[in-house]
Amino acid sequence: MKRQMGRLSYGTGHAGKGASAVASQSPLAPNRLDATFERLKANGEKALIVYLMAGDPSLEDTKRLVLALEEAGADIIELGVPFSDPIADGPVIQRAAQRALANGVSLRSILATVKLLRLRTKIPLVLMLYYNSICAMGYESFCQAAKDAGVDGVIVPDMPPDEAGPLKGPAKAAGLRLIFLLAPTSTAGRRTFVARQSHGFVYYVSLTGITGSKLTDIADVGENVKKIRRVADAPIAVGFGVATPEDAARVSRYADGVIVGSAVVRRIEACRQDPRMVEEVADFVRSLKTALIQKQQPAPEQPA
Amino acid sequence: MKKSMTAPLPDRRGRFGPYGGRYVPETLMPALLELEAQYAKAQKDRRFQNELAYYLKHYVGRPTSLYRADRLSAKLGGARIYLKREDLCHTGAHKINNAIGQVLLARRMKKSRIIAETGAGQHGVATATAAAMFGLQCEIYMGTEDMQRQALNVFRMRLLGATVTGVDTGSRTLKDAISEAMRDWTTNVRTTHYVLGSVLGAHPYPMMIRDFQSVIGREARKQIRAAEGKMPDYLVACVGGGSNSIGLFYPFLGDKKVKMVGVEAGGAGIVSGKHAARFAGGKPGVLQGTMTYLLQDDDGQINLTHSVSAGLDYAAVGPEHSFYHDQGRIEYVYATDEEALEAFDLLAREEGIMPALESAHAVAHVVKLAPKMKKSEIILVNLSGRGDKDVHQIARMRGVAL
Repeated sequence: MKRQMGRLSYGTGHAGKGASAVASQSPLAPNRLDATFERLKANGEKALIVYLMAGDPSLEDTKRLVLALEEAGADIIELGVPFSDPIADGPVIQRAAQRALANGVSLRSILATVKLLRLRTKIPLVLMLYYNSICAMGYESFCQAAKDAGVDGVIVPDMPPDEAGPLKGPAKAAGLRLIFLLAPTSTAGRRTFVARQSHGFVYYVSLTGITGSKLTDIADVGENVKKIRRVADAPIAVGFGVATPEDAARVSRYADGVIVGSAVVRRIEACRQDPRMVEEVADFVRSLKTALIQKQQPAPEQPA
Repeated sequence: MKKSMTAPLPDRRGRFGPYGGRYVPETLMPALLELEAQYAKAQKDRRFQNELAYYLKHYVGRPTSLYRADRLSAKLGGARIYLKREDLCHTGAHKINNAIGQVLLARRMKKSRIIAETGAGQHGVATATAAAMFGLQCEIYMGTEDMQRQALNVFRMRLLGATVTGVDTGSRTLKDAISEAMRDWTTNVRTTHYVLGSVLGAHPYPMMIRDFQSVIGREARKQIRAAEGKMPDYLVACVGGGSNSIGLFYPFLGDKKVKMVGVEAGGAGIVSGKHAARFAGGKPGVLQGTMTYLLQDDDGQINLTHSVSAGLDYAAVGPEHSFYHDQGRIEYVYATDEEALEAFDLLAREEGIMPALESAHAVAHVVKLAPKMKKSEIILVNLSGRGDKDVHQIARMRGVAL
């Protein structure tokens, strides 16, 4: 079973896990996210997860970007859904959301775009959106529409698992992975609580701050990822401060995946009028992927 | 005491029925849980309560008076009107009740830095004041639109030693200031306490701020009983986030015969779309940490709001208000900009009191309500702040150069 495979692949630190935690997890439907992490793991590779604000500068560009970035080495794409009041985001992604909203982009038009993309690519697609966008559409309608479009997972930065109750059932029924976040401030209790509810991957926020802040303490990231690995079934991806190929390489020593958002969105912002925009961004993603592949030594705490 | 009916709210998850909760990034969850635990301890700690009572009495100037507004009552020709004079608090509004409480709590939690958002500037001034008194570093976030409207309060905060940081995103008002303060808190949560100014945001804020503001209703309940030997027929208060109103209403919730009216900002009228009347024009959703009534479009994007009063110019309302709205326990109405400005003039001329434009909305509803009531009936209005801060804006609107 998928779930079991996930446990075998990533369960390097399960010694202390109670049987009840396992028993409470009924099997999840197969999902492109799980398959991708398993494939990468088998090849000894780390996932490159790239964030784009859907509809910035246009949904047509988003389509071209997704296809080009897959080609350039992105393993998973996170599509941001613009929200008027994004409390977890720094200025770069705030501005991107404003541009997308000014273009009239909505959750519905983004889902329609995903549906079109699915005709051309199998890359795992994860939506990152604020709770009120889901609330406005309705939990069941949203999950059904996301499934129909071909979305694989959902990240809701203002929804800790404590508040995810109404979304869990519909998400599971639709085969969507609910991905939760952990932070440097998370206590041991929170780590266990959050990690065990996160499916697809666990999103570790590498710094105490908002998206696009500067990553300073790589050693701290390593320590925290190690602690999460002891309690998590799912792979662990690290994001929020990863801006350069060097950052990506360093973070990948500890994590199963690296998430790059603001650094990509900043490049889109800088050359959004430029006909070479898609190629510029693809070049950057290629440099990230190259750095990840060159750094393919196993992390010190992981048995080879 | 008739408090039993209201004691269980919010529940352990910070819910008032379906409203409230904790919709925040994980980074803040440990801080909220810690704040909840520390607040629970402080509530039971007699030393904390004595300290709070001491500062409310000797620094804020409590109890504030309950003043019978005879000329206003006579002019309107109906109910007897009492004003709860929160405008007489130190710094000129009820906001200081909460600011002192939270800064005392921050000190207990050994936080060296205080941040806050402000709309009209009253909460910013109150927080800057409390931070100055306790020697804490203080940064206030304020929308640049509000900074223009409330230039006097910006200067006051700076005189008190606070840093005022303008927020230039979105509508450049209270909502955007809260988002920016939440981002700061997310970044500096280890050293910083966020003094949220109204009964908004994630649990435990709506509960804690209600508790700190309930001193208004506790005093008013004693004072009206002493003055009239009975409970009032109506309580009226303006509702932005809703801290002055819940502060007045909460201790009366068990008094089943006391009717309560919250007055929202009708702006240029509901039809115009330029308003902040969440109950008249909104529906439930999640904004800035809490589930509550919001002004939003069909996609869940938050609408821009408008009010002549910066303190009411906000797209969400406190979750506890949403609960009592649905229960029918509190009635919510609105007053337009024009009605509020007329009420400002009326109170200034009849009683020699200039209300804050926020509080003028409550007075505007009294103007509609009082004439329909008997002379033996009583309305108790919360005069949540004084209008000095609004004088420049009113002069500008009337084309008067000061």
